[in-house]
Amino acid sequence: MNTLILISVLPILLLYLGVFKAKNALLPVTVIGLLAAAGLAIAGWNANATPIYHDMVLFDRFSIAFSVITILSTVLILLLSKDYFEKISSHVAEYYAVMLFSLAGIICMVSYYNLTMLFIGIEIMSVSLYILAGIKKRDFASNEASLKYFLMGAFSTGFLLFGIALIYGATGSFSISVIRDWILTHPRGIDPLFHTGVLLIIVGLCFKLGAAPFHFWTPDVYEGSPSLITAFMSTVVKTAGIAAFLRLFQSAFSTISDFWMPVLLVITVLTLFIGNITALYQQSFKRMLAFSSISHAGYLLFAVVALGAASANSVLIYAAAYSIASIIAFGVLILVQQQADSDHFSSFNGLGKSNPFLAFVLTVAMLSLAGIPLTAGFIGKFYMFTGALSRLQVWLVIIAVVNAIISIYYYFKVIVAMYFRGGEERTVLAVPGYFVFVLGLSALLTIVLGVYPTLIADINF
Amino acid sequence: MENITHTIQAVPLNHYILLSTIIFAIGVTGVLIRRNAIVIFMSVELMLNAVNLLLTAFSAYKGDASGQVFVFFIMALAAAEVAVGLAIIVMIYRNTHSTDINVLNRLKW
Repeated sequence: MNTLILISVLPILLLYLGVFKAKNALLPVTVIGLLAAAGLAIAGWNANATPIYHDMVLFDRFSIAFSVITILSTVLILLLSKDYFEKISSHVAEYYAVMLFSLAGIICMVSYYNLTMLFIGIEIMSVSLYILAGIKKRDFASNEASLKYFLMGAFSTGFLLFGIALIYGATGSFSISVIRDWILTHPRGIDPLFHTGVLLIIVGLCFKLGAAPFHFWTPDVYEGSPSLITAFMSTVVKTAGIAAFLRLFQSAFSTISDFWMPVLLVITVLTLFIGNITALYQQSFKRMLAFSSISHAGYLLFAVVALGAASANSVLIYAAAYSIASIIAFGVLILVQQQADSDHFSSFNGLGKSNPFLAFVLTVAMLSLAGIPLTAGFIGKFYMFTGALSRLQVWLVIIAVVNAIISIYYYFKVIVAMYFRGGEERTVLAVPGYFVFVLGLSALLTIVLGVYPTLIADINF
Repeated sequence: MENITHTIQAVPLNHYILLSTIIFAIGVTGVLIRRNAIVIFMSVELMLNAVNLLLTAFSAYKGDASGQVFVFFIMALAAAEVAVGLAIIVMIYRNTHSTDINVLNRLKW
């Protein structure tokens, strides 16, 4: 609870700093505040978790683990924001504040114990993101991304709410534990209200997560938004989405898995194929990352399809590996975009010769996203597939492995461009110190997690 | 309060569910076929209000206040969304002088 309070108060403090023109204090205060919030969350690890505030929220180990991982990813992304927001506008405090408000919503999403809190968390996160997507007011692509995200987000909220209303009609409560008990005491077949409600909630959450066939807004919004915000959306927000999904299905709907499992199975397979095959013929690196994030949503859904005791753990590993690798990819993209003013694959030509460090960390990130051994991405995929195999989903794993092989093609496209395509005339990119720190640390974490997976895999929930 | 609950219960619950579903479906259709950003936005509001109606009906039938409290949360959210959404639409209008979403084709849809 202290984490949530601190993250809600911090942006208000930042707004005051903005009023008093203390621009240089913004980033340090944000980072220190977030690290303190993460520390407070970890301090509650061994506490006896009970639902508080009339069963509204529950800060158990699941919520602590996901809070910490989203907070740390946000810190890494904010460190990349040094001098980024200043180019857009002179009022930078608001950007930090809105981003932290969004993070407060995310903490609600991973700690809810009542559908009301799920709804409030999702909306605090989304409304902040609608603003963040449109912060480049003069840039048409940013405007368009913002409007599309807003319309699609509000539309999907409608489905989620209708689902929640139907479940309330059937069970008479929004509390996760009451809903679970209601399912156990009503084992009779299909209840039209309740099961329609579950389906509508799946639709609403898949929209937020960007899973096919509800993914169509994702590429446009990710491409149009400023790169730093896209990094936030495709890592932190995606992690929070899958955590909320998993928490709901693991704690409330696990006993009726025969009903929703086939639906999610179809969604997962569709997501994998659509994400990977469309990513194959993208010419823009940023748009390729958007489609790759769709396919990674598919891999993340594996944990829900093969629901078991280890699901939360494998999602945590996969989300950590994916977030770290994506942060590297977007960090390098921001630098290349500043120089070349384009996000096409061709703007990466010759980066291997001019900036060996950038080329190396980006290679590590691409290998991790593709799931090559000795990187964190491989460990994430390994745990996901093991979980699915233990539930005898052999065909699902075969389809996923085929997709992982397809994905190698487009991840290697950028590696080939960096090392083997022209670019003798390329000037050296200036890499600020913050970028060296974030990119180096992320690349190191990717390799360390790939070599010693037990560091994170042994966390008990 | 007692009177209102009785009045609501004078109509069978199924009728409320049907009415809300129809309003919700009109909202969904509006979002899918209309081309004007503001009309799409109104259709979304229609969807949210269908949910409000449904929650109120369930709440009155079950004699449980939490459904109606949820309605307040949805109203607060709808207000926040109007504030942000209209700001976004105004921003688009300043740049394109139109609120037609067909103008939004710079990024492949």
